[in-house]
Amino acid sequence: MKRNGIGALAGHIARAIWPLALLLPILAFASGRVPKPVIDIDKPGKCVEDTATMRREHPDMLRHQRDLTVHEGIRTRQHSLKECVSCHASTKTGSVLGEKGFCQSCHDYASVKIDCFSCHASKPKPVAGAKP
Amino acid sequence: MNADANRGLGRRGFLAISAATLGGVMLAPGIRLIEIAAARAPEQAVSRRVRWGLLIDTNICTPGCDDCVKACATENGIKDTGRPRTDPQWIRKLELNDRRSGRTHSVPVMCQHCEHPPCVDVCPTGASFKRADGIVLVDKHICIGCRYCMMACPYKARSIVFEDVTDQNPDVPRGKGTAEGCTLCVHRVDRDRQPACVEACAKAGHNAMIFGDLNDPLSEIAQRVAKYASTQIRADLRLNPGVRYQGL
Repeated sequence: MKRNGIGALAGHIARAIWPLALLLPILAFASGRVPKPVIDIDKPGKCVEDTATMRREHPDMLRHQRDLTVHEGIRTRQHSLKECVSCHASTKTGSVLGEKGFCQSCHDYASVKIDCFSCHASKPKPVAGAKP
Repeated sequence: MNADANRGLGRRGFLAISAATLGGVMLAPGIRLIEIAAARAPEQAVSRRVRWGLLIDTNICTPGCDDCVKACATENGIKDTGRPRTDPQWIRKLELNDRRSGRTHSVPVMCQHCEHPPCVDVCPTGASFKRADGIVLVDKHICIGCRYCMMACPYKARSIVFEDVTDQNPDVPRGKGTAEGCTLCVHRVDRDRQPACVEACAKAGHNAMIFGDLNDPLSEIAQRVAKYASTQIRADLRLNPGVRYQGL
């Protein structure tokens, strides 16, 4: 008797969700499993390395560069965070942070916390003479 | 076989380039271009041969003038929150009074960039360190905010950042929970510029501060130190600070 009750309930649920089951692949096709981040990329030119390398290795590059800069005073521009920010800052917000910001949008998507900008400026240095 | 020949050529080419490079750097035995050029290339590490220092002439430094303090705050993004007890302080003006003679001094005091810095000795993580060219810094990536360095420093030169910092100068990263102090404007020094305080003092026409390489006998600071009496604060501690005072 009890088993019948559960069976009936399962049947009801199955009938209720089968249209959804049909819809799911269509939804998946339309948007992917998780909505991809929307990133404002104002300068779609070439970065200092190719995209795949940058995606995978930018934390290591930054960490390596940071030690060279802080301890040895090496201030080359190629892998410096300051250059990242000045190139990738959004023209709308002026920052790499914000919902569509270059750094934050992707890090929110990947659920990775970035500590950089609790100390480092998230906006490039204003050009002398420009309005704040 | 063919591939081997190519590899051989490649190596020979590399050797030729190396030889050419060496020739460019070393003009003759003992004479190198690198020593002739004063400026350090951005990819070149700081050198132990340099010892950056400051010479402050207390006979010129006037009481009440805080041009250097203001310039430091502007350059390094230190804002007045209205809570002076907890605000970081990189440089401050001290007024000294000799009770017997009545002579007053006014001296700016900042991190003295010791040769044997106590803040480095006590740091449990290695965040407080001395660069090869004598500038004592905090690597804020490693600093855990324990404040041992603040306790150890006889000059009260270190501060801790109590509050969130926003709108930093891109060259001067600063943030809550880390110790900090005068960096001798290391970001400017690395680009062959003077520290902000020295520049401001000169700009206002006081010229009470000189910055330069104490190890370079041709530099103005080394010549002045060699010619005139100058003192280090708390010289009895034998920390050999890079900041010296004239007329104290």
